[in-house]
Amino acid sequence: MEKVPFFHALTIDESTCIGCSHCMKSCPTEALRVRNGKAVLSPDRCIDCGNCFKVCPTKSIYIKQDDFDDIFNYACRVALVPSVFMGQFPNDITVSRIYQILKEIGFTVVIETEATVPIYTEAKNRYAAEHPDIRPLISTYCPAIVRLIQVKFPGLVDNLLPLRAPIDLTAMFIRRKLQQEEDWNPEDIGIFYITPCAAKIAAVKSPVGEEKSLVDGVINMDSLYNRVFKRIKEQGKGFKEQKLPVSQLSADGVLTALTNGERRLSNAKHSYSIDEIHNVIEFLEKVENDEVENVDFLELRACDQSCPGGILTCDNRFMMCERIFARARKIAERERNGEQTKDHEIEQEHNFLAKNIKLGDIKPRSMLVLDEDITQALAKMQQIRELRAKLPQRDCGICGAPTCDALAHDIVMGEAKFTDCVFVQRKLEAKGEMHAEESHAIMESIWGENK
Amino acid sequence: MHFEYQVYEADFVNAGAASSAIKKTLKQLNVNPQIVKRVVVALYEAEVNAIAHAYGGMIYADIEADKIIVKVVDKGPGIPDIEWAMKEGNSTASPEVRNMGFGAGMGLPNIRKNVDRLDVQSTVGVGTTVEMEVKFI
Repeated sequence: MEKVPFFHALTIDESTCIGCSHCMKSCPTEALRVRNGKAVLSPDRCIDCGNCFKVCPTKSIYIKQDDFDDIFNYACRVALVPSVFMGQFPNDITVSRIYQILKEIGFTVVIETEATVPIYTEAKNRYAAEHPDIRPLISTYCPAIVRLIQVKFPGLVDNLLPLRAPIDLTAMFIRRKLQQEEDWNPEDIGIFYITPCAAKIAAVKSPVGEEKSLVDGVINMDSLYNRVFKRIKEQGKGFKEQKLPVSQLSADGVLTALTNGERRLSNAKHSYSIDEIHNVIEFLEKVENDEVENVDFLELRACDQSCPGGILTCDNRFMMCERIFARARKIAERERNGEQTKDHEIEQEHNFLAKNIKLGDIKPRSMLVLDEDITQALAKMQQIRELRAKLPQRDCGICGAPTCDALAHDIVMGEAKFTDCVFVQRKLEAKGEMHAEESHAIMESIWGENK
Repeated sequence: MHFEYQVYEADFVNAGAASSAIKKTLKQLNVNPQIVKRVVVALYEAEVNAIAHAYGGMIYADIEADKIIVKVVDKGPGIPDIEWAMKEGNSTASPEVRNMGFGAGMGLPNIRKNVDRLDVQSTVGVGTTVEMEVKFI
């Protein structure tokens, strides 16, 4: 099993966290506990899905990003922008105007992440044809899903498509192009990804299946949205755009970040497209049991509505989907009329990209294992069963763990005490075996002194 | 460690509950994922057998450090010819059950493919006991 620690983009600000436990209750992998009045994150279990970020009432969970001014450490500054970024702006703000503003605020090159989707799609279909024994194949497009499978479904790790996602492919493409066509030195090129979620940051900072990411830095989508919107406001209402040619994405590329975006391009006979992390978990349980027969391909996304539902996007996800869809429809029409052909630039690098698309091994890193030694693990499991029978199964969370089962697990792993349970405390008090001061002290150790 | 699960006749809604619970346990014990998969597939088949073709029954699972032994004891009707039932494609399922997608005659053969030991004993009118063993190493 892989042992290198995960990098996590999600960080808890202890100075503002009030230990309210909303995050603990929302975490799909039970990675959070409350201790000393603060939320504590278990790095082995967290998959950077961002559910905790969404529910935190004091905004104490923040997402580490690189300083915007870091881009100026490079002479050639590339903004690698996912197409969802464009979906945040009202329809009258054109894509070319956003490109232009990105250049005005400091970038020298702008490219959309999905530019390499045609090559990505072809590689996936080829991999599927070459590996008929591995079914279902699971897309690695969403990095939170890759990590979910590593920690919670280790038996399905071999089903993950070991191919670089468009973010890496496009970074690879633009770097090569800038070096070959514009003679840039490799160290002068800085590629910055504009991320809609925490999982993509984690994937860049500690990539799975590759040594080092091809992206040099990450900027959160919400902060760049503010910069771009400020510029739009400065330009005022009567602003006349000087139309510049923009290398347009294909309609297929634009749609990739939405639910069904990959599935519609897959050659697979039977496939599913599932978004939102709890939906994904429910379905993977079935897949793991072999209860889903004859399924060839799974497109799984951690966020509702896929990337428009990312925690760092700045508009309603349904409205974003509609704008992205409208853009794709316009492009598709141009493609049909022959006004826009396939991106020849990318096609020229087809062989190079196709050759470098393979990822290394993706290894399981199960969070469920009680002990590496099975005899020890069996003993611990027996203890958990006995504890479970004594706990109320109310899942109230007052012990600082999300469920009674999680508390039983923590006790056996030496991370909590049986007397952390408020029901147990009352029972012991009634029997005269625990003093009120003792139980009060336990509560303080969980919820802090000020509650 | 011993586990027991009850299954009811024609309770298709809950088919897979026992195999899911056993799966979770084996994952916590760090059993090789490929072996977990074999256990789950075999147990799911046996579970569905008791639900679809028998009048329900009990599942007893015993997990030890090196193996799991599962016994599925159903309440009848029993299999008249076990050798015949072990062949792929042979099934005694009613048309009603076949309509639900079960009864393809793949149950027992599929179990045998996935386990290290399989014993099937049956008395017509009394019931069938399917005992299977999967080694962890």
